[in-house]
Amino acid sequence: MSTPGSAATQLIALAAGALLVTSVLMVWRRELSAQVRLLTVQGVSLAVLAVTIGLSGPASARAELLVVAALVLALRAWLLPWVVGRRLRAGVEAGDAAREDGARLNPTASLVVVALLATVAYLVSRPISEAVAAGSGAAVSGPAAFAVPVGVCMVLIGFLLLVGRRRAMSQLIGFLVLDNGIATVAFLTAAGVPFAVELGVSSDVLLVVLILAVLSRRIHAQVGSTTLDSMTELRD
Amino acid sequence: MTALLLVPPLAALLVGAGAATRASALLTRLSGVLVSAVLLATGTALLAHRGPVPTLGGDLLRADPLSALMLAIVGAVGLTATWAGLAPRRAADEPRAADEPRAASRAERRYAALVALFLGAMAIAVTTDNLGVLWVAVEATTIATAFLVGHRGGPRALEAAWKYVVLGSVGIAIALLGTVLLYAASRSAGGATLSWTRLVSGELPLDHGLVRVAVGLAVLGFATKAGLAPMHSWLPDAHSQAPAPVSGLMSGVLLAVAFYAILRVRAIADVVLGPGLVRGLLLAAGLGSLAVAAALILRQRDHKRMLAYSSIEHMGVLAVGAAVGGPIALAAVLLHLIGHGLAKASLFVVAGRVLAAEGTTTIADVRGLLARRPDLAVPLVVGMTALLGFPPFALFFSEVAIVLAGWRAGLGWAMGLTVALLLVVVAGLVRATASMVLGPAHDEERAASGPTPAAGHGSDRGPMTPLVLALSVTAVIGFVAVPVGDVLVRAAAALGLA
Repeated sequence: MSTPGSAATQLIALAAGALLVTSVLMVWRRELSAQVRLLTVQGVSLAVLAVTIGLSGPASARAELLVVAALVLALRAWLLPWVVGRRLRAGVEAGDAAREDGARLNPTASLVVVALLATVAYLVSRPISEAVAAGSGAAVSGPAAFAVPVGVCMVLIGFLLLVGRRRAMSQLIGFLVLDNGIATVAFLTAAGVPFAVELGVSSDVLLVVLILAVLSRRIHAQVGSTTLDSMTELRD
Repeated sequence: MTALLLVPPLAALLVGAGAATRASALLTRLSGVLVSAVLLATGTALLAHRGPVPTLGGDLLRADPLSALMLAIVGAVGLTATWAGLAPRRAADEPRAADEPRAASRAERRYAALVALFLGAMAIAVTTDNLGVLWVAVEATTIATAFLVGHRGGPRALEAAWKYVVLGSVGIAIALLGTVLLYAASRSAGGATLSWTRLVSGELPLDHGLVRVAVGLAVLGFATKAGLAPMHSWLPDAHSQAPAPVSGLMSGVLLAVAFYAILRVRAIADVVLGPGLVRGLLLAAGLGSLAVAAALILRQRDHKRMLAYSSIEHMGVLAVGAAVGGPIALAAVLLHLIGHGLAKASLFVVAGRVLAAEGTTTIADVRGLLARRPDLAVPLVVGMTALLGFPPFALFFSEVAIVLAGWRAGLGWAMGLTVALLLVVVAGLVRATASMVLGPAHDEERAASGPTPAAGHGSDRGPMTPLVLALSVTAVIGFVAVPVGDVLVRAAAALGLA
C-alpha cells in the first residue's frame, strides 16, 4: 500500500510529528491561551492524518473517511478549542489567572518526564504496531503503523497534564490531549472506528467539554477561583 | 419480538422530551417511574421469550438472555429509586401558597429529563451488541448524571461533580482506547467489526498480543466506571453529594451496567486468550476494593459515604465472582447484582429521608431513630440486613455461592481473604447502624437544642410501597429456583462460559 518513500507515508509521518511536538509544547508552555492554539494545530494535524489514510486506503472506505476528517476538523480544530478559549477569556475577565501557576512540576522536570513517557510509549506499543503491520486487512501497513507510539505517547502526556496541573482549565486541556491521542491511535491502527461510533464518540466528547466548562464557571462563581486545590472539602 | 428492542430507548426519549417541556407537571413528576416501568416490562417480556435471539439493525441492538436480565434489573432498580424518591403528594386540604407555580419548575423539569436520559442510555448499553455503541451509551450516562450530581448546588456538590466528570471521562476514555484496539485487531484479522457476537465466535484469527493490550485497557476503563479500586475515588464523593434517588440509581444501575461491560469484555478474552489475564486483573481489583471499603467503612462518620463505600465493597465481591468464573459463580454474580441494586437503592432513599429529617449525614448526630421515627428505622435496619448478606436475603446465597465456587476453583486463599474482609465490613456497618437506630428518643432535648432540619434536602417522607416491594423481592428471590434460577443460568450461559 504505502512504501517508505511515498507521499502518503511522508504526510502521515509529518502529521504524527506535528501531533507529538504540539503535545510536548503543551507540557512546556504555561500560558493557557497558547495551549488552546496548540489544540487547534492538533485538530488540523488529526484531520490531515485522516485524509491521508482515507486517500491511500481502499476506495470503498474513502468517502466515509473524508466525512470523518471533516468532522474531526470541525470538532477538534474549531469547536472544542473555541469552547475552551471562550470559557478561558470569560474566566480571565472575571479575575481568574490566565496562566497555569500551581503546577506540581517545573518545566524542566516535566520535559524529562515526557521523555520517559515517550520511551514507555514505544515499549508498550510494540505489540500493537507489529500486529497492525503484519495484519492483512490493516488500513495502514508498513512504516505508518510504526507511528502508533505517537498516539500512545499523547495519551500518557494527557495523563501527565491531568495529574500535574491544578487549574480547572488545564485539566480540561489535558483531557482533550488524551482524547486526541486515542483518535490518533484509532486512525493509525484501524483507519478510525465505524462512522456511527465516531459520531457518538464525538458528541460525547463535545458534551463532556461543555459540561466541564459550565462546571468551571459555577465553581469560579462559588469558590472565587478555579484552582482545584481549594476543592478539598470531600475527604475521609 | 424485535420491535420490543426499540421500546426502551424510544420510551426514554419521548418521556424525557415530554418531561422537559411545560406540557404536564404530572408527566415531569412521574417520568422516571414511567421509563423504569417500561424497562422492567420490556426486560421481563424479553426474558420470557424463547427461541432465536432478537436482533435489530445488524449489530446495533440485540437481546440475549443476559441483556434481557440486565434490562429487567435496570428497570427494577430504577423503579425502586424513582418511585420511592417521589416527594409526597400534597394533602388535598392543605392550602396552596398563592405565589406557588402550578407547573413544574425549571430545575424539576431538567432533573426529570436527565433521569429519563440516564435510564434510556443504560437500556441501550445493555441491549446493544456493538462494543462501540456500548461505550458511547456508558459515557452518555456520565453526561446525564453530571448535573444530577451537582443538582443541589453549593461548593461540595460542585467539587463532587467536577471530580466525577473528570475521573469518569478519563477512565472511560481508557476503555475507548481498548475498544479501538479490539477493532484494530479484528481489522488486521480481515473482518473489521465491533460486534460482540462475532468477536466471541472465535472465527476471526485475532492477534493475541493486540487483544491482550486491548482487553486490559477495556477492563481497566470500565472498572473505573464500576467503582473498583484503585480507580474508585470519585464514587464516595459523587454518591454522597447527589440527591438520594440519583445516588440509588448510580449505585444500583450505573455500577451494574459498567460491570456488565466488563463481563462482555471478559468473554472475548476467554475465547481468544484463555481466562488467565482477566482473572488476575479482576481478582486484584476485587480484593483491593474489598480492602479499601473495609478500611474506610470502619472509621466512617458520614452515613451516605458509608453506603457509597458499601457499593465499592459489593463491586469487589462481584469482581471476585467474575474472576472465579464458571456457571455457578456467574449465576451468583447476576443474583448479587439484583440483590445489591434493590437493597442499595432502597437504602439510599432512606438515607435521603434521614438527611431531610435530621438535617445531617453525620452518624454520631443521629440517635434513637427506632423510638422517634420507626418509619425510617425499620426500612434502614431491614435494608442493612439485606446488604450485609444475612439469610434469607439474596446476597447471602450469592456470596456463599461465589465463595464455594472459588474454593472449588482452587482460589482458596482469595476466598479466605474475601470472607475476612466481608466480616470487617459487617462489623463496621452493624456498629454504625446500631448507633443510629438504638438509643432513647431525647425528644425534649432535641426540641431545645438539636439542629433544625435544613431546607433543600427534599422530604423526610415518601411512598413506602416501593421500599417494601424491593426488600421483599430481595428476601424471597434466593428461594425461587423456578423461574429465577433458570433465568440466571440462561443469562450466564449467554456469555458462552457455561
